[in-house]
Amino acid sequence: MLPVEGGLGNEPLLAVDNLHVEFHTRAGIVRAVNGVSYTVDPGETLAVLGESGSGKSVTAQAIMGILDMPPASIPKGEIRFKGTDMLKLSEEARTQVRGQRIAMIFQDALSALNPVFTVGWQISEMFRVHRGMSKGDAMKKAVELMDRVRIPAARQRVNDYPHQFSGGMRQRIMIAMSIALDPEVLIADEPTTALDVTVQAQIMELLAELQRESQMGLILITHDLGVVADVADKIAVMYAGRIVENAPVHDIYRAPAHPYTKGLLESIPRVDQKGQDLYAIKGLPPNLLELPSGCSFNPRCPYRQGNCETDVPPLHQISGTRGSACHYWREVLDGDR
Amino acid sequence: MAIGEKILEVRDLVKHFPLTQGILFKRQIGAIKAVDGVSFDLHKGETLGIVGESGCGKSTLAKVLMALERPTSGSVMINGRDIGRARGAELKRMRRNIQMVMQDPYTSLNPRMTVGDIIGEPYEIHTEVAPKGDRRTKVQELLEVVGLNPDHINRYPHQFSGGQRQRIGIARGLALQPEIIVCDEPVSALDVSIQAQVINLLERLQNEFGLAYIFIAHDLSVVRHISDRVGVMYLGKYVELGKDTEIYDRPAHPYTQALLSAVPVPDPEGREQRERIILQGDPPSPANPPSGCRFRTRCWKAQEICAEEEPLLQIRPGTGHESACHFAETHDVVHVN
Repeated sequence: MLPVEGGLGNEPLLAVDNLHVEFHTRAGIVRAVNGVSYTVDPGETLAVLGESGSGKSVTAQAIMGILDMPPASIPKGEIRFKGTDMLKLSEEARTQVRGQRIAMIFQDALSALNPVFTVGWQISEMFRVHRGMSKGDAMKKAVELMDRVRIPAARQRVNDYPHQFSGGMRQRIMIAMSIALDPEVLIADEPTTALDVTVQAQIMELLAELQRESQMGLILITHDLGVVADVADKIAVMYAGRIVENAPVHDIYRAPAHPYTKGLLESIPRVDQKGQDLYAIKGLPPNLLELPSGCSFNPRCPYRQGNCETDVPPLHQISGTRGSACHYWREVLDGDR
Repeated sequence: MAIGEKILEVRDLVKHFPLTQGILFKRQIGAIKAVDGVSFDLHKGETLGIVGESGCGKSTLAKVLMALERPTSGSVMINGRDIGRARGAELKRMRRNIQMVMQDPYTSLNPRMTVGDIIGEPYEIHTEVAPKGDRRTKVQELLEVVGLNPDHINRYPHQFSGGQRQRIGIARGLALQPEIIVCDEPVSALDVSIQAQVINLLERLQNEFGLAYIFIAHDLSVVRHISDRVGVMYLGKYVELGKDTEIYDRPAHPYTQALLSAVPVPDPEGREQRERIILQGDPPSPANPPSGCRFRTRCWKAQEICAEEEPLLQIRPGTGHESACHFAETHDVVHVN
């Protein structure tokens, strides 16, 4: 029996609530995630946008329960799947959720797949382990899945090894494994970063189709502003372990309410700016061992004022669906600098 | 900036890597046709962007230009002399004039050398450029030129962030005052907020020193921003070559059109109506490219003639720039910004 049952009520499908994750290292405590909250509903696509070190992947790993603890620890926060806090579940109960109800696709399919087993074996493992199917039945299911993710000649290729597939096909195999048990939430961590644009378009289309068919909630982790604009319903922008802005996709591209989001959007090369300097956010992302006091973005921020160095800005509610963690979000929104 | 005289002339460049069988008596059973007949010119102060998917031969092209690989046939003339045939002292002298910035600043800098040694190493080989006593000052000047603190000359690469490391790589490329710099994916390993800084730096250096760039990248919006002309490669050949505006606004080759339409546009407005050409399958193997037009196996316009006759790169009716398609027809696929 699966431990998490029952109707949704008003509770979102998946809710991350004030999550904190720390890593205890020799150099000190790395605060990778500092109070992140977001929700996903069935059929919805949430894009988590951020640079390396922003905590976007660590949050996802915490949801999946695949963080190495220690060195990681979760001092505070809840991760509720259909209302049940998964951080309070036993390891056994979490195993039931992981892979079956919440599944994940990783960035680099070649290193995520086991090179010494055939892809058919690896896909069918999901059915053997979680569903107790026989080898033969599980293999049939694997072929069906490979068909579903549009791998040509699935029946012939089921006994091939990962290195015999191209990058895009490997990512399809990863997707086949993740959707094998019809999960309700799919987390895709930079699923197309290692791929060419034409293959990226194929994979994103496949994900959208699978999502339409099964009404999965999709969490798309990425740093690509183009991919986000293409597929997301809503966006959470992360910086130094915090969500600095969250909003429906159209709002954020029309008028960002946080200086970091604004800077990212302005640094995209535009045709009419050819020959001019690109807008560049000055400075560097912060060291997570010694985060700046107050707002983590303040050393790089063109809107900075005195209190930015002392007060951590809360996530100001701009409207029912929007929030910005900037003291001066009104000015950012109006475009005054 | 003004574009000056021709400094690089590439004609019918071919690079095949032999495929062999047997251990003791190696028989050649075929060849990977990595670069298969590429011609172009480069002028002083000009940037030629080269785009294409992984495996299309763009990095091999860079290596042949740098004389790191000998061409199978064809010529690479730098200021009228063929670097592919040069040997010994002449080759060494010619190499001063063409330098490279690598993709990954984490692996292209020796972790056991100080920044001063890394940037100063070209002077060890080309002692005539800077006598021993001057080297330190020269290196400090270079650090300043690329926006780093000259006092950090004794630091090691790990003490710098990714963007700063790429600046070190650029300083090393500038050390011998070359006329041509080959940039192979110079920003793709960097965080989004840092990419703009490095691109601005490259543009500033070009204006300051009149450099010519070969700019290889897969990010089409970055290539558009920095390039004067763009070449699109597919399976070792150019399919289209023209001014940036010609390639982006009036692409004539179906592959270019598909490539451009696959790039996600960082603007969610009207995303449902956007035209998107999704290519089926993967590029064929460069060991055994299709007869006639190499793109025909994935092309929606392919007819019999495409299998029989190879389309040459030439200006075709109704288009203002060179393309290699029997049915070339300009078609505006993306209205970026």
